[in-house]
Amino acid sequence: MNNTKDILTQKKHVISLKVSNKPGVLIRIALVFSRRGYNIDSLVVSESQDPRFSMMSITASGDPDTLHLILAQLNKLVDVVHAQDYTDSDILQKELGLIKISCSAEQRNQALQIAQVFKAKTIDVGQESLIFEISGQSEKLDAFQKVLVPFGILEVVRSGKLLMARGLEST
Amino acid sequence: MSTQVRTAADVLIDILIEQGVEYIFGHPGGAAIPIYDALVGRPIQLVLTRHEQGATHMADGYARASGKTGVVLVTSGPGATNTVTGLLTALMDSVPLVVITGQTNTRNLGLDAFQEADVSGITYPVVKHSYLVKNPLDLPRIVREAFYIASSGRPGPVLIDIPKDVSSAALVRDTRESFHLPGYNPTNHIDTNSVREAADLIRQSRQPVLLVGHGAIIANASENLRKFAELLRVPVVNTLLGKGAFPESHELSLGMLGMHGTGYANKAMVETDLIINFGSRFDDRIVGNYATFGKRAKKIHCDIDAAELNKVVPVDVAINGDAAEGLRLLIEHFQDPGKRPDTGPWLRQIKRWRREMPLKYKKEGKLRAQHVLDEFYKLTQGRAIVTTDVGQHQMWAAQFLLTENPRDWISSGGAGTMGFGLPSAIGAQLARPGELVVAVVGDGGFQMTMSELATACVLKIPIKILIINNRYLGMVRQWQNLFYEDRLSGVDLEGSPDFVKLAEAYGMKGFRIRRPADVRRILQSALEYHEGPCIIDAEVEKHDNVFPMIPAGASLEQILLGPPRKKMDKPTGST
Repeated sequence: MNNTKDILTQKKHVISLKVSNKPGVLIRIALVFSRRGYNIDSLVVSESQDPRFSMMSITASGDPDTLHLILAQLNKLVDVVHAQDYTDSDILQKELGLIKISCSAEQRNQALQIAQVFKAKTIDVGQESLIFEISGQSEKLDAFQKVLVPFGILEVVRSGKLLMARGLEST
Repeated sequence: MSTQVRTAADVLIDILIEQGVEYIFGHPGGAAIPIYDALVGRPIQLVLTRHEQGATHMADGYARASGKTGVVLVTSGPGATNTVTGLLTALMDSVPLVVITGQTNTRNLGLDAFQEADVSGITYPVVKHSYLVKNPLDLPRIVREAFYIASSGRPGPVLIDIPKDVSSAALVRDTRESFHLPGYNPTNHIDTNSVREAADLIRQSRQPVLLVGHGAIIANASENLRKFAELLRVPVVNTLLGKGAFPESHELSLGMLGMHGTGYANKAMVETDLIINFGSRFDDRIVGNYATFGKRAKKIHCDIDAAELNKVVPVDVAINGDAAEGLRLLIEHFQDPGKRPDTGPWLRQIKRWRREMPLKYKKEGKLRAQHVLDEFYKLTQGRAIVTTDVGQHQMWAAQFLLTENPRDWISSGGAGTMGFGLPSAIGAQLARPGELVVAVVGDGGFQMTMSELATACVLKIPIKILIINNRYLGMVRQWQNLFYEDRLSGVDLEGSPDFVKLAEAYGMKGFRIRRPADVRRILQSALEYHEGPCIIDAEVEKHDNVFPMIPAGASLEQILLGPPRKKMDKPTGST
C-alpha cells in the first residue's frame, strides 16, 4: 500500500551538475540520490570544455518534497561546482536513441515510412531487422518507440537526456 | 627523519607540523610503516592506542576540547575499517578530523591483496571528503586541502588513503602546489536581508526562545549569544551538544531541551511564539514529532550548512552563515531599547514552570546515579571537562552536570556512539593539560573501548573515569520497561569484571561507591588523586529510569515528568 502511494507521488526530475573530473565523484553523487530513495533513470557524463570539470545530466524519480534536500546535499559535496534543477524549465533537452526492430522484407516499407515521419535515420538494414537512430526530445523518442512496438522491438539503447541552457547562461 | 632520501611520508610529516599538529592518535600496520618511520625523531607526539576506534575518538575528543583538527594514523584493511565508527561519530557531530590510512601498493589496488580494503568505497557516506593518493607529487596539496576542508565551514572528518608505494616514494621537497576548490565555498557572507527579517520577527514576539546547538560552540559564538540573550532578555535552551554555548547556571538558561531535557525547557518550547535557532539542526531528539513541533511558533534558523536549512523543520527566516556573525548582525538591530520585545511576563511564567517541574531524585535508600553526579557537580562547581558514553548515565550527566563554558561538554550526540567516553577524555586531557577531565561512562559503553585504559596509563593521563554501574544496558532496559511490558531482552550485563580490580591490573587507582553516605567522601578522594588516571565505580540502583522523558516521536506536550501511571504504547519514533 505504501509502495503504491510512493510511486504515485513520485516525479521525474531533471538535474544538471558541473563537477570535478575526478575518480569517485560519481559514487558520491549517486549516494546522495540512493540515500533519499531516489532512483536514477538516466545519467550522462562527459568532460566539459575545461578538462578539469565534467558535465552531468541526471534524470531521477522520487518524492518532489525532498528534491530541494537532494540539491542542497549535492551542492554541499566538495567536488560539485553546482547542481541545478531544470524540471519544467525552458532548457534545451535532447536525447539520442538507437532502436532495433524485427522487420521482414514485406514490412520494411511501412517501417521506413514511420521513420521518415519521425526524422529517424536508418543505420542498419538486415534480412529480418532494422536499426534506427533518432534524436530529439525524450518524449519524441518515447512516441517513436511506441509506434514501433507492433513490429517487435529487439533492443533499445538511449543516451539519456542531454541538457544545455539557452543563450549565454551556463548550464 | 631518516638519513636516506626524503620520502613523501617525510613531507607529509613536515606539513602536519606546519599545520600545528601536536598529537597523532594511531595504531600501525604494514601499509603505514613508511609513515610511522617518518615520525621517528619529529616533534609530533604519537599516541599509540589499543584499537583504531579508540584513536578516532581520542582525536575527536582532542578536537572538541581544543577547536583544532584531530589527526589519526592507521594502517590499511581492518585498521582502516576500524575507524568507520569514529568517522561517523565525527561527521554527525561536525568534528574536524584528518584520518590518514595506509593502503596497499597502487599496483595491487582492487586485487584483494593482503590487508587491502576499498577504504574510499567503505567510507564515502561517513566523511566530509576523502582522497586516494595515487601520485606522491599530489600529496602535499591533498594534505593541505584536507586540513582546510576538515576545519572550515561545517567541520567534519576528511580521510586520506595513502598507498605504501606512494608514502615511501622519494619526494625531494614539498611541491608547495596551491589548491583550488571551486565547488567548496565555506565562508559565505550572510544575507543582511535575512537578518533584518529575523529582527522584525523578534520585535513582534512576546514569548521568544533562543535555541542553541553545537554550531554555536563551533562558531565561537558564546560571547555574542550572551550579549544577545541579556540584551533582549530571551530565555535560552540548549541541545545536548549545545551544552556550554551559554552558561547553564545563568538565570536565563533553561538547560537542555528534548527527549530527556528539563520539563520547563520543553514547556517553553511548546508555548513559545518564536524559536530563534542558532546552530542546532532540529534533530529528532529535540523535535519529537515533526508534525506538531512548534506549531504556534515562528521560526528563525541560522546554520552555516545550507543543506540544514528547511531540511526537517520549515522555517520563516533562514540565515545561512556563521552563528557568531549572524548574532553580531542581529544584535545591531536592537541597539535602541525601545525596539526590544517585552519578555517580562514570559520570563515570570517560565519561572513558575521552573518551580513546578524541577529535576529531582532521592538521596535516601539505594545509591542513585543522579546523586553521584549532583555531588560531583557541587564538588567541582562545574569546573570540569566532561566526556560521556551513550545511555542513561549520559542523560543524567547532561541534566545534573551543568556546563558553563564552551568545549567543556564532549558527548557523542548524533551517532550515539557507545565507547566514546574514555578515549575522548584521553584526547581532551591532552588538548587541555592541567584541567580536570572526567569521563562519565556506563558499564556497557565503557567495556566497548576499555582497552584504552592502557593508553591512559602509559601516558599517565590524569582523567577520572566515573562508571555509573547499574549492571544493565540501562537505556534499552528503560524502554523495555516502559514500552515493552518489561520484557527484558539482551540488557543484563552479567559477567562484567570487578572494575576496581581491573584498575589495579592496569596499575591504576580504583575507587568504589556503594552507599549514598559515602558519595562525597569518595569523590573527594578521587578528585585529590593526581598520580594518573583513576576509576570510580559507582554501583547504583539497577532499576532507575531517566525522567523527564518524551517518548520517541511523541509531541513535546506528551512529556513524562516521572514514571507513567498507565501502560505506554510503543513509541512511534524509530530509536
